[in-house]
Amino acid sequence: MRHLLDTRTLARQDALRILDVAEDMADTQRREVKKLPTLRGKTVVNLFFEDSTRTRISFEAAAKRLSADVINFSAKGSSVSKGESLQDTAQTLQAMGADAVVIRHGASGAPRTLATSGWISAGVVNAGDGTHEHPTQALLDAFTIRKRRFGDDSRGRDLAGMKVAIVGDILHSRVARSNVWLLHTLGAQVTLVAPPTLVPQDMSRWPVRTLYDLDEAISSAPDALMMLRIQLERMNAAYFPTEREYSRRWGLDARRLQALGADSIVMHPGPMNRGLEISAEAADSPRSTVLEQVANGVSVRMAALYLLLAGAEHDAADSTPAMNAPAPVGSEKENTP
Amino acid sequence: MSTRTVLHEADIARALTRISHEILESNKGPEGLVLLGIPTRGVTLAHRIGALVEQFGGVTVPIGALDVTMYRDDLHRNPTRAPQRTQIPPGGIDGKVVVLVDDVLFSGRSIRAALDALQDIGRPAAVRLATLVDRGHRELPIRPDFVGKNLPSSREERVNVRLRETDGAESVTIEGR
Repeated sequence: MRHLLDTRTLARQDALRILDVAEDMADTQRREVKKLPTLRGKTVVNLFFEDSTRTRISFEAAAKRLSADVINFSAKGSSVSKGESLQDTAQTLQAMGADAVVIRHGASGAPRTLATSGWISAGVVNAGDGTHEHPTQALLDAFTIRKRRFGDDSRGRDLAGMKVAIVGDILHSRVARSNVWLLHTLGAQVTLVAPPTLVPQDMSRWPVRTLYDLDEAISSAPDALMMLRIQLERMNAAYFPTEREYSRRWGLDARRLQALGADSIVMHPGPMNRGLEISAEAADSPRSTVLEQVANGVSVRMAALYLLLAGAEHDAADSTPAMNAPAPVGSEKENTP
Repeated sequence: MSTRTVLHEADIARALTRISHEILESNKGPEGLVLLGIPTRGVTLAHRIGALVEQFGGVTVPIGALDVTMYRDDLHRNPTRAPQRTQIPPGGIDGKVVVLVDDVLFSGRSIRAALDALQDIGRPAAVRLATLVDRGHRELPIRPDFVGKNLPSSREERVNVRLRETDGAESVTIEGR
């Protein structure tokens, strides 16, 4: 794997490989010594043009657990605020010897520009770009759903036949987009639930069902209910009349939690607005996976960095390296000294 | 290119039986033993040796798997490998006598990686090494404690271990190049 830019073009086998490697990473995180020497000598740059404490520290923890060196570069108070272009920033990082760049940017497509521009040779991980995608969030969500359903028996499995409802601001959400593509690739049925004002205009090519009524979505017994954060800064644009009305119609309150099947899980990418899109009862119930999502996020990001950085430099051009080839007969590990 | 079979099914069975007896003898019984196989075929061999040790020693020995992928020193020279599963038995390895089990011992680099991996998991009282085939050409000061077959080979030759569970056949062959 050369870059991780989106889930829309992520093949099923590549997605499963990331999730399976994340299982191994999660196992190592239960040990006394959580640090692995795997990426010693590699440098990972967190290039954040938008504020995000959670995603940045998750990537930072992932890189550090694999012994990579981490450089945090945030746009605020940096050369970017002095007017430096993405190209100059990228070339500066290249000159410093970055092996991977984890980028968050307000403009959709910025990670792809970075990956395909030829400015840098480092692997690029999209940590959220505009209203486009946030692939590692979708991967950690899929990992969480799979882990809750199959436990230690998760490896190699997809989400065939599982029903997932994503509720909230679909229009602006890159998390929703990444989840739609990934969950579909893994065989799950996705339902989007939102006020009509917060649904994208053209969804004809999205493999989803759209509802405007949360209770209807809950009555179809989804395996996972994913509540999206309502960004209060969007309130000015009047997508819905008041917070109270949003909360009453699209918030997960105690009554709706009750109506949700006992095996269904409640997910939220964080940070939560308690009392708005999710009630305290739902957020703190045993069915909530909010904290598991945070822990799994580190494992999934470790897997992504591992697959990007551990192999031979730029092996197998772009996609599937020899990893998927059937294991050679005999002891491959000792036959290659 | 010539291929010659150096161990047949019965030879492998005899070798594992002898290794099992030697493990019991050197440990003065089955107490405190933990067998950890190195994936893929080392795990299969660890389970077979474990069954034999139980048969001869009368006590069930904890068996697990120790993946060394993330501790290898040649990761950046080869295409990305998927790590495999590490499974440490519930009792852990602290204070135990860990016997690492692998199919072929060659450069010794896998075992070095295994020793590093063990260090992150716990502190065994001792670590021993069992291998079905020792083909020589060590690059590190590592030696096996229990060997099924010493197999002088040239670096260019390839040693193939096939086991019923993973390969549907049971043999050790050496292949000229």
